[in-house]
Amino acid sequence: MCLAGKPEVNMEDYFQSLAAIVQNALQAGERFTASLDAEETDFVRMNRGKVRQPGTVAQRYLTLRLIRDARHGEHSLSLTGDLGADASAVRDAVAGLRAVLPELADDPLLLLPTEVRSSRNVRDTSLPPSEVVIDEVLAAAGGLDLVGIYAAGPVWRGFANSEGQRNWHATNTFNLQWSLYHRADKAVKTGHAGFAWDATAFEHKMAQARERLALISRPPRTLAPGKYRAYLAPSAMEEIAALLCWGGFSGRALATKQSALARMQNGESLDDRVTLTEDTEGGVAPAFQAEGFARPSRVPLVAGGELVGSLVSPRTAREFDLAENGANGAEMPESLAMAGGTLASDDALAALDTGLAVGNLWYLNYSDRPACRITGMTRFATFWVENGKVVAPVDVLRFDDTVYRMLGTSLEALTTETEFILDAGTYQSRQLASVRLPGALVSEMAFTL
Amino acid sequence: MPDGPLPSFDVRADFWSLRFVDERCESYAVRKNVAMPYVASTDRGVMATVYVDGGYGYAATSDTSAAGLASALERAAHWARATARLALVDTRALPYAAPRGEFASPSFSDRFPSRREWYDLLHEESNAAGCDPRIVDWEAGVEVRTATHRLVTSAGGDVIQRYRFLLPGLSVTAHADGVTQNRSLNGYRGICQQGGLEILARFGFVGAGRKIAEDALELLAAPNCPSGTMDVLLAPDQMILQIHESIGHPLELDRILGDERNFAGTSFVTADMFGVYRYGSDLLNITFDPTRPEELASYAFDDDGTRAEKVHVIRNGILERPLGGAISQARAELPGVANSRADNWNRPPIDRMANLNLEPGDASFADLVAGIEHGVLMETNCSWSIDDSRNKFQFGCERGRMIENGQLKHVVKNPNYRGISASFWRNLARVGNADTLQVLGTPYCGKGEPSQVIRVGHASPACVFTDVDVFGGEA
Repeated sequence: MCLAGKPEVNMEDYFQSLAAIVQNALQAGERFTASLDAEETDFVRMNRGKVRQPGTVAQRYLTLRLIRDARHGEHSLSLTGDLGADASAVRDAVAGLRAVLPELADDPLLLLPTEVRSSRNVRDTSLPPSEVVIDEVLAAAGGLDLVGIYAAGPVWRGFANSEGQRNWHATNTFNLQWSLYHRADKAVKTGHAGFAWDATAFEHKMAQARERLALISRPPRTLAPGKYRAYLAPSAMEEIAALLCWGGFSGRALATKQSALARMQNGESLDDRVTLTEDTEGGVAPAFQAEGFARPSRVPLVAGGELVGSLVSPRTAREFDLAENGANGAEMPESLAMAGGTLASDDALAALDTGLAVGNLWYLNYSDRPACRITGMTRFATFWVENGKVVAPVDVLRFDDTVYRMLGTSLEALTTETEFILDAGTYQSRQLASVRLPGALVSEMAFTL
Repeated sequence: MPDGPLPSFDVRADFWSLRFVDERCESYAVRKNVAMPYVASTDRGVMATVYVDGGYGYAATSDTSAAGLASALERAAHWARATARLALVDTRALPYAAPRGEFASPSFSDRFPSRREWYDLLHEESNAAGCDPRIVDWEAGVEVRTATHRLVTSAGGDVIQRYRFLLPGLSVTAHADGVTQNRSLNGYRGICQQGGLEILARFGFVGAGRKIAEDALELLAAPNCPSGTMDVLLAPDQMILQIHESIGHPLELDRILGDERNFAGTSFVTADMFGVYRYGSDLLNITFDPTRPEELASYAFDDDGTRAEKVHVIRNGILERPLGGAISQARAELPGVANSRADNWNRPPIDRMANLNLEPGDASFADLVAGIEHGVLMETNCSWSIDDSRNKFQFGCERGRMIENGQLKHVVKNPNYRGISASFWRNLARVGNADTLQVLGTPYCGKGEPSQVIRVGHASPACVFTDVDVFGGEA
């Protein structure tokens, strides 16, 4: 896919050419790193079973860092895709940074790779034209109140430096996120994402969503605040994992006691069945980060309920004398995986017996970060269950409880099956991240409003 | 960005527009007395929007050459034609905007400090903040952004708006004996305005490094905020969050129309409430005000070309109109405001808050405190969570201070409160006067599919609410 009338550009060749332009623009004593973040995406927004906003976005950003001794500066610039025009912009950026460096101080925390570790990962699949997919989706909705987004197209990430390292990561993905609404806030949300559009899999998911819509259409039950037994589906666990990823595993946040998991450095623990890993090998994120450090295939974070590792960026490594492990600057997981347990997913409601089956959580935040106490809402398909059977959808509830209880003293079981969930995030660009999570059965969870 | 007339385009369309954005940024920061890497960015691109046969389509590209613009218009037209039969909105019923005008931020051309001067200033605050071994992390930073937006339409519109934003920030983390507390100057990027160096002076940036460090150390030794039903006095740097989450978002017309239900959520507000619904007490007056020069989201025209004016959204507690741009207004057959906005050239405009303000009342800060028998003053938001209908909320602040018998007492840590939007604002008991007002905002309001993070401004005085469910941190 490309903007109509524009010639197809081989993005890998284009990036290699940009890297050569930067290399040739260097003066004696200068080094560089360059990262490309590019995509050509069809976004089709839907509401009420119709198309609300269809469009295409073609964007290419190059982040260029110029280094001389221990001084360095960074300039991120949008590029047109026309190498002639972009060569001039890139040379100007190099010259601009060269003029800035004398005004900067030496950076004692600068750490760059000493080894050249080039890599290439291309997953070049073919997707149908987006308008064809949308026809299929809206036809399958068959007059239901469907609202959602389809995002599809190629995403490219590249890295180059003056030492000759070249890393290339290219993938072509789609991500359809849709909700079927009964009324007001009663809805069923479903995701279908991957590398090749699978019409049969989509139809299966739509059929499942229709079945759950029938359940959500039952008269709702309003529960009083209190402690309830709960089963958290993997899609609900995704929200808890996302909040923990916000500084929880950061080497810098742990060293400065800002991590929500900092107390695990001093004896606090989770249930010994909790194992969390940054599983780059099992995810979709590039195996390299912005400074060019390679990511290990796996970084253990929590094992046997104990904190055993953290994500350490190059700056943090320098600052706290730690070993870097390919973390991004924010030290957030991009491929977090939680090991499964022994409860078959099909038996989850029976094991719950009576309580809340939480399909989705929403808008989580810390209510006491050092205590890892979190609050948030139930959303979409959340049901009251009795004797292992769904009785009624539940009006939204606020929970406020600690992770040390939910995944510690109150954790009864984790499901054997884990779900691989591709990040549907589209802030600034389509995210190349994922999680793999089980469901969790919790003996009690505190609901406050 | 093209300055003059654009080339002619051969587009078979009922209407088209080209929205150019050229945004530049320089970021400076000093963390723990070490200068962080210098970061600059240049982001240029254009969004083409086309109406054809009742359909709508867009295409965004960073190629602003004549060929690039023609390609984008062609792609947008393709989308409009391909989806016209499935379109939710019949674009033949929409106005074809033809705005003409200009806008510029205050102090747009005033000189800013050199890089070395910025670093000197930030080093000074950093050095002052790192005043005690219990201060384990601290940072002083500033972001300087300039942006030029140009909207050209096939109906003859041509608008140029030039902005300059300054976003200074100071934060510290204190830790001792297993307790960690954070303190910042009006929250993370809560200080964000249009203009020049006067912004630093307005917020007392110089000298604030030491002050927030002392606050954080005081919080380390403070007791937890008590639990119970009591009055709360919310400082402006918490009021802006309260306004944002429980008035701003639920009044966005695209949420009411259902566009956001798959992601950001719906609203407890429905179309039939406008003109009759009591949102809050008589003291509640909320305005959409894009005319306050220094406020973050002031502008002359929104991104669909509608002229921006100050209007009441809630007057004396009664809901008057939603926050919806021209397209949403046509869909809902309701009045609205000029708030159709995109966060960049690569995202389409949707209904956003822009500047949403609570108009000041007549009580001095001393009056506000004096009127409280048992309550707590809460300053600076640090935790926010609200349901997808924007009703059940829970918010937390960096610092609390007990109020007993009309007098400020000791500091408390981890102050939190929860409530329900539909009833909370009816307990608005006193509204501070203009002396208690601060013009703040956030550059990070997230919403939309595809997602967008946009700049919004909020001006608010300090306010008192009665009978609020208050609680502290984990025992």
